[in-house]
Amino acid sequence: MKRVVITGAGTINSIGQDFLQTINSLKEGRCGISALKFKDVERLSIKIGGQIHHFQPERHFNRQQLSLYDRYTQLTLIAADEAITQSGLTFNGELAASTGVVLGTAGGGVSTWDDNYRAVYEEGKNRVHPFVVPKLMNNAAASHLSMKFNLKGPTFTVSSACASSNHAMAQAFQIVRSAQSPVMVTGGSESMLCFGGIKAWEGLRVMSQDACRPFSLNRNGMVQGEGAAIFVFEELEHAKRRGANVICEVKGFAMSSDAADIVNPSKHGAARAISYALKDAQVNVEDVGYINAHGTGTAANDKTECAAVADVFGHHADKIMISSTKSMHGHIIGGTGAVELIACILALRDGIIAPTIGYVEHDPECDLDVVPNEARDAKVKLAISNAFAFGGLNAVLVLKKV
Amino acid sequence: MDIRSKVIEIIADQAIVEPSDLSDDSTLESLGIDSLGLVESIFAIEEAFDVQIPFNANKPNESPFDISSVATIVKGIEKLIQDQA
Repeated sequence: MKRVVITGAGTINSIGQDFLQTINSLKEGRCGISALKFKDVERLSIKIGGQIHHFQPERHFNRQQLSLYDRYTQLTLIAADEAITQSGLTFNGELAASTGVVLGTAGGGVSTWDDNYRAVYEEGKNRVHPFVVPKLMNNAAASHLSMKFNLKGPTFTVSSACASSNHAMAQAFQIVRSAQSPVMVTGGSESMLCFGGIKAWEGLRVMSQDACRPFSLNRNGMVQGEGAAIFVFEELEHAKRRGANVICEVKGFAMSSDAADIVNPSKHGAARAISYALKDAQVNVEDVGYINAHGTGTAANDKTECAAVADVFGHHADKIMISSTKSMHGHIIGGTGAVELIACILALRDGIIAPTIGYVEHDPECDLDVVPNEARDAKVKLAISNAFAFGGLNAVLVLKKV
Repeated sequence: MDIRSKVIEIIADQAIVEPSDLSDDSTLESLGIDSLGLVESIFAIEEAFDVQIPFNANKPNESPFDISSVATIVKGIEKLIQDQA
């Protein structure tokens, strides 16, 4: 089995237009949640989200590209550009033939569906643009990324709701670890901040109208965000040979299914994913210093997640720092695990734990060190990143300092 | 704007050339318009003239609408508009 490291990282989300800005926002505990801006927002009861403002697609893409790139694809390509540039890799010959792309997204081109349904249903139009299908499909971002950077290896999209990008990165990790390819590009993207996207979520009654306050007793739901994060996963020796800058190591992962309820989370399913991931990584439970929580800010998730952590770690749970950065960038659904991996990088590489902001009141059912409101300096050897999706699908990654 | 000028405008836009570079004999192929560009052109023409162009990308040569050149497109649109009236 090969060892796998991260040699490139890129992102765009509501707290940063790139990786460095995002790192700085995580350190400062900056909130990217604001008033949503899009057509018909006044007809929604949920009017806030982690939306990327001041983003001008026409500055990045030409007209032909824009006719094919949904916003989720645009965000993917911007993040990928940064990650691949940072890695210093160029893809030709053998490397191009073996390198692929595994991305996570839950909804794909949601605003393309929304815009075109509006055109035919509301505006009564009888035709839509010919590229609607290639624009909205869930693999559009992965395909455009592979075309742009000449990546001809195994390329596909994983869709498992809020765990999509953790599942995707786990797949990419396996491909590199099993020596199928020395390099994989992976991560996730989501952009469903449009009228139809939020209207659907409103129906579930799990959204907060004012803020995302994970683990806080007064929490009242999740807040949606948008964004993408892309990483270059590379085999350790391959990275060393070319003198690449190694950000951290990906040590292991596990996936599990609750097999119980389509929306309610299960402590057992989450705990199995965490403990199997630690087993897969062959590490000691006591060496885990930080958990990037799924931490959605819903009543159900946060207490279930804390109970699962307590079960797996026992007494050591009291020494672990666990924070939810969704309090800052919102829940980026299928892209959320990818963006949140940056908080794990911050902990391992820079020794800084991103806080859970908006924390007001202790909840006895979330009785862990949730790093309230302010970042903290701490030496961390191992970090894990949790994702527990609707449908009961869980995926947990283990990362190690290098 | 007359049909011919509008068709030229749409195709020139798709080929990213000046309308003055096009003539009646200009074909989509000679302008480097690929299959995606072709369906996009058809869409733009349908939108501009509010017509339905019978075209199946699987059998482009069997289409009753001859999309090969500026002149045949103009002729086809004139007929579609006439049939609608």
